[in-house]
Amino acid sequence: MTIDLKTVKHISKLARISLDEKKAEKLATDMNSIFEFIEKLNELNTDKVEPLTSIAETTLRFRNDKITSENIREKILKNSPEKNDDFFVVPKVVE
Amino acid sequence: MDEIMSKNNLEYLIERNDNVYEVVIGLEVHAQVTSNSKLFSSSSTKFGAEPNTQVSLVDAAFPGMLPVINEFCVKQAIKTGIGLKAKINNKSVFDRKNYFYADLPQGYQISQYKYPIVGEGNVILDMPEGQKQVGIERLHLEQDAGKSIHDIDPSNTLVDLNRSGVALMEIVSKPDLRSPDEVNAYIKKLRSIMRYLGTCDGNMQDGSLRADVNVSVRIKGSTDLGTRCEIKNVNSIKFMQMAIIYEANRQVDLIEEGQKIDQETRLFDTKKNETRSMRSKEDAHDYRYFPDPDLLPLEVTDEFIDKLKSEIPELPDDKKKRFIDELKVSPYDATILVSDIDTAKYFEEVVAKMGKNRDIKLAVNWITGELFAVLNDKNIEIAQSPISAKNLAKLINLIKNGTISGKIAKTIFELMLDGDIDPQIIVEEKGLKQESDPKALEALIDKIINDNREKAIEYKQGKEKLFGFFVGQAMKASGGKANPQLINEILKKKL
Amino acid sequence: MSEITSLTLYELIKNIKEKKISSNEAVKSFVYRAEKSKKINVYVTENFENCLKLSKEFDDKPNFDLKLPGIPIAVKDLFCTNEVRTTAGSNILNNFVPTYESTVTQNIWNEGGILLGKLNCDEFAMGSSNETSFFGNVQNPIAEDLVPGGSSGGSSAALAANLTPVTIGTDTGGSIRQPASFTGTVGLKPTYGSCSRYGIVAFASSLDQAGPMSKDVKDSSILLEVISSFDKKDSTSIDFKRNNYSSELTRNIKGLKIGIPKEYRVDGMPDEIEKLWKKGIEYAKDCGAEIIDISLPHTSYALPTYYIVAPAEASSNLARYDGVKYGLRSPGKNLIDMYEKTRSDGFGEEVKRRVMIGTYVLSSGYYDAYYLKAQKVRQLIKQDFDQAYNKVDAILTPSTPSSAFKIGEKSNDPVSMYLNDIFTVPVNLAGLPGISIPAGVDKNNYPLGLQIIGKPFDEQTVLNIAYSMEEKINYKNNITDWWMK
Repeated sequence: MTIDLKTVKHISKLARISLDEKKAEKLATDMNSIFEFIEKLNELNTDKVEPLTSIAETTLRFRNDKITSENIREKILKNSPEKNDDFFVVPKVVE
Repeated sequence: MDEIMSKNNLEYLIERNDNVYEVVIGLEVHAQVTSNSKLFSSSSTKFGAEPNTQVSLVDAAFPGMLPVINEFCVKQAIKTGIGLKAKINNKSVFDRKNYFYADLPQGYQISQYKYPIVGEGNVILDMPEGQKQVGIERLHLEQDAGKSIHDIDPSNTLVDLNRSGVALMEIVSKPDLRSPDEVNAYIKKLRSIMRYLGTCDGNMQDGSLRADVNVSVRIKGSTDLGTRCEIKNVNSIKFMQMAIIYEANRQVDLIEEGQKIDQETRLFDTKKNETRSMRSKEDAHDYRYFPDPDLLPLEVTDEFIDKLKSEIPELPDDKKKRFIDELKVSPYDATILVSDIDTAKYFEEVVAKMGKNRDIKLAVNWITGELFAVLNDKNIEIAQSPISAKNLAKLINLIKNGTISGKIAKTIFELMLDGDIDPQIIVEEKGLKQESDPKALEALIDKIINDNREKAIEYKQGKEKLFGFFVGQAMKASGGKANPQLINEILKKKL
Repeated sequence: MSEITSLTLYELIKNIKEKKISSNEAVKSFVYRAEKSKKINVYVTENFENCLKLSKEFDDKPNFDLKLPGIPIAVKDLFCTNEVRTTAGSNILNNFVPTYESTVTQNIWNEGGILLGKLNCDEFAMGSSNETSFFGNVQNPIAEDLVPGGSSGGSSAALAANLTPVTIGTDTGGSIRQPASFTGTVGLKPTYGSCSRYGIVAFASSLDQAGPMSKDVKDSSILLEVISSFDKKDSTSIDFKRNNYSSELTRNIKGLKIGIPKEYRVDGMPDEIEKLWKKGIEYAKDCGAEIIDISLPHTSYALPTYYIVAPAEASSNLARYDGVKYGLRSPGKNLIDMYEKTRSDGFGEEVKRRVMIGTYVLSSGYYDAYYLKAQKVRQLIKQDFDQAYNKVDAILTPSTPSSAFKIGEKSNDPVSMYLNDIFTVPVNLAGLPGISIPAGVDKNNYPLGLQIIGKPFDEQTVLNIAYSMEEKINYKNNITDWWMK
């Protein structure tokens, strides 16, 4: 299977990474060589195998329904590249 | 203008040329779980706080921050599942739903995709024509997003993450609904069940209850499902109904014009009363769901579920049955009384306070009549009723034991509104006690007959209509306090 | 003051406890040496002034009951450190200053450790040579223009160059063990769930694990004891009984069964690796261990599995770097444009490549063919180990298929770069503990490591085997301080 330029561009849209033509071509080449190597998995029949999602053989631990986090707005906004006193600020979104 | 036929409330049919279409509706209701803290973080869920003041490092998706699940939210979801008579899954899995948006700090929403915590169930709707069962497909837990605010700053969008990470239950119905009225009944019933359970406050104004509405149309009688459109995030029943009517007619028009309906997500514009396509197909979402590797499978034991089952209060359907069977309330009244938990509580308290000689019918009439009128008038909920259940019970007992007449009771009711005054006190202070002494009433009636000799003769000669005249005179003379039953008896005897 | 910096952690602690060296003196020695070692580019962010200040405070009120009394430690720049810039080696976090501390580093400070600074690493820990860092290449102290391994390349180089007594790295597919092997140092990846992931910039959540890197095995046992803890803030942290690894450390491994997996004898593996492995087997026998041939039949599928699972998780974990809450933002004409430009400018080529691979394997229509398939193969790989551990207590393999390579040698060929992790990746996929210890040199005198893989939560056995083999191997790094000349 080969990954064409159109697919690379579609994936870059999904991943929200802009790519110029040259980079997209380079990525297509790289991805194809990586997938060629990944395709090795097809040698295995895994029809009857349960997928392993977490290696930690335990179940989800519960937390109590307590509010322990206070108002830390200053800390939350501190690192933001664009903000005002109250909000994160992003370019206008038009729905 | 094409006409919209509506033979009865169960059916919403659209007629075009010679075709009759029915509308098929399924709802994805997003109900905010009632909890102190968020689904995966310990910040507050309280509504209406200053922007970004209820945001933890986890909610804002800082590097290295990890989700830890809130047990109470899990219990709330299971309880709701039990209320929906649904299968509770011992094992469920949290997935990541990946997409970029300004108010989605992680770049993904933690939700349950393949393995939800609650499976199939059902809800009974009480429609005027009878009961209708609506299937529940599933209920799953997920995180709410933050809020993008577009109308404060003219050139930017502002982001408030207070809601980010609040627990939601997404309740997905089967496509069993057929009319805007059924949608109304369904939402109200869901809301009612969750309020009984205390799992969601159902407050649509604050956004605690929103829905995505899936609408398709088909020729009536067909069993195939048409192509559906999803109308996103509608936050009032009225808008849902308007959106459905618009969307169903739009789809019928397309079919009649021989066009194809695109399966798509649409937005309801409340100002224009129309739905419109939200995204172009090119930018169609591909959410790339996969199990969240920061979380393990959520496992609950049968004991855990059974314990929650034992904590489930009486729900509207059971309560209604009990009201009908034990309290002899009419099915119609019972439906009204149980529809909201606070109404049911109020009614039950009135019944309890009335004691042994209770008059249930009278209580029902007063609550659904006088009291509802006042609440409606003042636009308040029964929980804020100006008259307590205790005092309303007293008033009803005063009527029942003959201390006051129904007419006087209405006067007293008006007076009680001013600070929930004990009706007994009003009766005593204003001297409104009903006159039930036969001797006093006899004297009064003797005088009236004496004063109206000619009319008394006419009555005896057969002009029976005049009986009412005498009753009226007697009531008037007593200042309304005379016991009407006794007046009747005495008049009959004397005339 | 060079003798202070060449001490092991154990020796340094001893000297400080015996008041032969003060914490402040120790810090000064490391700072002095760091100033002369800029050329190897280990530091992304120095914390020297604060470290000097804190060491003075320690000396004024010393507490020798602590496990790391006044010990200066530099850490990989993947651990979030309160009020100290944390970049993950990326331009997108270039100016990010956390207001919180990772659990692992907090554990170190709680035991008296003091932060020297943040060490260079591959961008978001994606790399095997430290060449993907936004902050430039790191030189391997072994020889000029040699990579120090990756992703914890700054950590391994700092350790080998005596710029920190011990350090911590993170290991997703070999990022602790491979750089340890390349620099003649010791690196331990604990069992998944042993060290909290809270506050560590995530790469692939189901594989990431922090661990100690040190000059010898004993030091790793001391550091593991400090950093391994059950943490309620990490849902994958496991509540198991943790040993006092350093005090329980023993060279008595008599009768332990050590497995030799035949599938690790890969095509094209250099002779010297084969020889090293054989030598390792002899050492293990000398230590009293019993050698048993075993089979891990799905070994060759580990790398393809890893290159689906890790990028898939990474593509999602890195979605939060969007220019809104923190880090870089490149202006855009609308929100989407801003996202795309920010992420294009902020991420380097390797990160983009992996995010793209991950996005692709999760995308509609490909999930079952790639991601689900990989999860199933991961199950088979885990079962291989489960079965092997019915017969043996631990497994001995080479750490890497080659010694350190030249800077630039593999950077244009992602697959050959990925092949570096061939022996380390299965351990992450199965969530097992694994250690790399220096065991010899190749024809160029570059170090080579051996890997000991243990049963889940059995770090003690892994450490004990490493400890006793270390004595037999008696490896000594021959580092000339060439960069200081």
